[in-house]
This record gives sequence, structure tokens and C-alpha cells, in this order.
Amino acid sequence: MGCMATQESYVLAIGTKKGLWLATSQDRQEWSMSGPHFLMSEVPSIAIDTRDGRTRIMVGVRSEHWGPTVAHSDDLGATWTEPEQGAIKFPEGTDAAVERIWQIYPDAESRPGVVWAGAEPISVWKSTDGGEHFELNRGLWNHPHRSEWGAGYGGAAAHSIVVNSSGDNVHVAMSTGGVYRSLDGGTSWEPRNKGISAYFMPDPNPEFGQCVHKIAADAAVEGRLYAQNHHGVYRTDDDGENWESIADGLPADFGFVMLTHPRRAGTAWVVPLKADGERIPPDGKLAAHRTDDAGKTWKRLDSGLPQGEYNAVLRDAASVDSAEPAGVYFGTRGGSVYASPDEGEHFTEVASHLPDVLCVRAAVVSPALVPAASVPA
Amino acid sequence: MADISVVLPSVLQPLAGGQSILTAPTDGAVTVGLLLDSLTADYPVLARRLRDETGALRRYVNIYVNGDEVRRLNGLETEVAAGQEVVIIQSVAGG
Repeated sequence: MGCMATQESYVLAIGTKKGLWLATSQDRQEWSMSGPHFLMSEVPSIAIDTRDGRTRIMVGVRSEHWGPTVAHSDDLGATWTEPEQGAIKFPEGTDAAVERIWQIYPDAESRPGVVWAGAEPISVWKSTDGGEHFELNRGLWNHPHRSEWGAGYGGAAAHSIVVNSSGDNVHVAMSTGGVYRSLDGGTSWEPRNKGISAYFMPDPNPEFGQCVHKIAADAAVEGRLYAQNHHGVYRTDDDGENWESIADGLPADFGFVMLTHPRRAGTAWVVPLKADGERIPPDGKLAAHRTDDAGKTWKRLDSGLPQGEYNAVLRDAASVDSAEPAGVYFGTRGGSVYASPDEGEHFTEVASHLPDVLCVRAAVVSPALVPAASVPA
Repeated sequence: MADISVVLPSVLQPLAGGQSILTAPTDGAVTVGLLLDSLTADYPVLARRLRDETGALRRYVNIYVNGDEVRRLNGLETEVAAGQEVVIIQSVAGG
């Protein structure tokens, strides 16, 4: 007999400081790797877009020498296409140049072809052709607050984009600047940071200027979002009008990651780091923490993770897939990547000794796309 | 009318149809900026590797005219005459 027939295969894309690796699996425990793709270029953003009957991997690539670009592959990395005129570039008159693409975010299933991007300098972009060409969001670019937005340690960027089911309600998170919300599909924007502390500023409760590290929307409760801040973990139940702390029960309120479940209300994951001044897992013991009740309680998840790990997990170096149960994935700046097939209860190591992991994305794909070599005997 | 030749580093040659040297006809001196405009008109990806969308030369891209790096001359306004050698080299950077 050959391998057991499976209904699903999985792809895990790992963007690092020196290239992209692609891992495929039939069971989310045994993985086959290809790469590096784009060797010596960093890959800080990835999206795996499974809408519209195809699997398109989009990557934000940046060469220290040759600058940033966006490429895509419709054959799991066998070939890559870079739009000839460039997918993301500032229009004439803005006197700005893209430094790095921090986020690529496929919109809802009901809006195939629509892809958002967040970039450095702080800017949001929208494509309607599957990520081949993006338009600058002028409403945010021309926002009167823009001159007051600052740069976090990694640069000044829009790094999180969340769009609701109707498409009218868009949240963007930027470091530093905080959370901005649009109620008209991205035409106009207002800050929505009430309740989020900016302890590093003279006024610790400003209208904007917070250093939000990542936001994610609850899968099932409209208007509910979660935020991992530069110290502080928060939830809003009213579309960002008010944020409240949900950090009780976590070993630390610092970190970069915020993941939410693909379907289940109230479920989110964080990967805490000890503090701003000590960016290591608390006590050097790597763990994810999951809430199943919207942040009232947290469960420590460290089965299969090293207890003696001193590398951070960056904001986009974590992902969930859409399977049941959901897979959870993350990578460290030390080049280790971990996968859990059961929502974080058990992790296995997918890779180690890669360059710094900057971005991880996982998806369920057709078994026909996955090379036979990766099918376990 | 004579030609000005620009030598590409090997890593960029695939973006210019595999050519290692691009040549542009000129009947006088031309600035490096205009020379790049002319030579990369048919190779937009190559153009983006060298300059960002504001037209600025990327930080770690060095262009030499007769052995002098253009930032020490007049930048992209540096004039090049027929017969001079233009060489593009990536600087040593990264880790």
C-alpha cells in the first residue's frame, strides 16, 4: 500500500533575514523543506492566498542592496513572478520610497482579488488584482497625524490590517502611532486607542502614539479585537472604542505576537517575552499562551518547546492555519520553527538553525500541490 | 555618435536579458541619471534595483565613472562622455 489518502495538505512559509523556506506536510508533524528562495534577501511579509481556486504565495522581499519588492508564486515556489512595473511603489508627488513591506493581508473570501499591504514608511496599500499592483491609501497617507507618528526599533510601519466581514470597517495598527480605524472602507481614519497605555510618553494615555505590536480580530464576534502592545495585552468589544487589559494570568505583558482562531470565538494566542529591557522568554522558557475565554484566563502551552531559549518571537513570525483543530506555528530569531497540529497543545520542531525568522504563514492546500516527496511512506 | 558602456554586476545581468554590458549611443556628455533612464527603459525591474521610486540611487549601489564613485562627484548629475567607463558594483554591506 502507498500512503494513506488524505483530504488536506499543509504549507508553511518561513520568511527569514536571508531568504524564504517552504515546508509542506500531510499531517503537520513531518515536514519537507525547500529553499532558500530569495537567498540573501530578507522576507518580512508573506501571505498564502487560497481564495479563487488557487494557492498564491505572496512575499514582501527586501534586498539590502537592491531594495524591496513583492513577488508571487502560484505553484508553491517552483516559479516566482515579480510584476514588471513593481507591485508597491509610491506615486509621484509623494516624495517617498518604500523601504520594507511589513504586511500582506488577503481580504475576505467574499472579496477575492482584494489584498491589503502595510509598509514602511507608515502606509497602507490595496490591490484588487490578487496582489500584483497596489494603490496607496491616500486617506491614511494624508492623515494630519502622520508627521507625529514615530518609529519603533524595527522602523516606522503599518504592520497589522484587519478588515471586517462587510469590508467597511478597517483597523490598521502602526508602530508607533497606535490603532487607527476606518468606517468607510479606508477612505477616512481616526485613532482608536482609549485604554491602551503609552507608558513611555509624557502623557501615558494619549489619543495616539501607542506602540502597538500586533492586532487580530476575533473570528466570530464582530467588533472584538485583541492587541499585543509594547507592554500590555488588550481586548476591545466595541470596535476599538475602548480597550481593556487582558494581561492577568500571563507571565509577562510584553511580546509581539497576537493570533486568533480561524473560527472559534474568544480564542487567541500570545508568545510572551519578559520585558522591553529583557526580550527573552520569561525565565528562558519558551511558551505560547492561549485563551479560550477572550482573555479572562490563559493556558500555558510548552509541550515540545525548548526550556532554555533566549530568542524572541517577532510579530509576524507566528500564524494559524484554517484546519480543524487549528494549527499554530511560530519561529524565533534563533532560526527555530515550531508547529502544533492541535491548537498549541503539542509542538514539534519543523526547522532549526535558519536565519532569524521574520514571518511565518501557514495554510491548508490541495494535496495535489504538495510534492510527492513530502508524503510520508 | 559614440557609445557609452555600462558594466553590470553578474547578479543584475539576468534582469538585462543576460547582458553584462549595456551601451547607449550619445553625441555628447550625458548625466549618469539620464544614462540610467535610457539604458533601463526596457528593463524596469533592473531600474528599480538601482534606484527607488523617487529616482534616488539605492544606498548600497555604487556607480563608478572612470574609477570614481559618483557620490564623490556630482551624484546622478555627474556627466559622462563617450569613451568613459561606467561600472555598477554593489557595496560590501550586510552580515
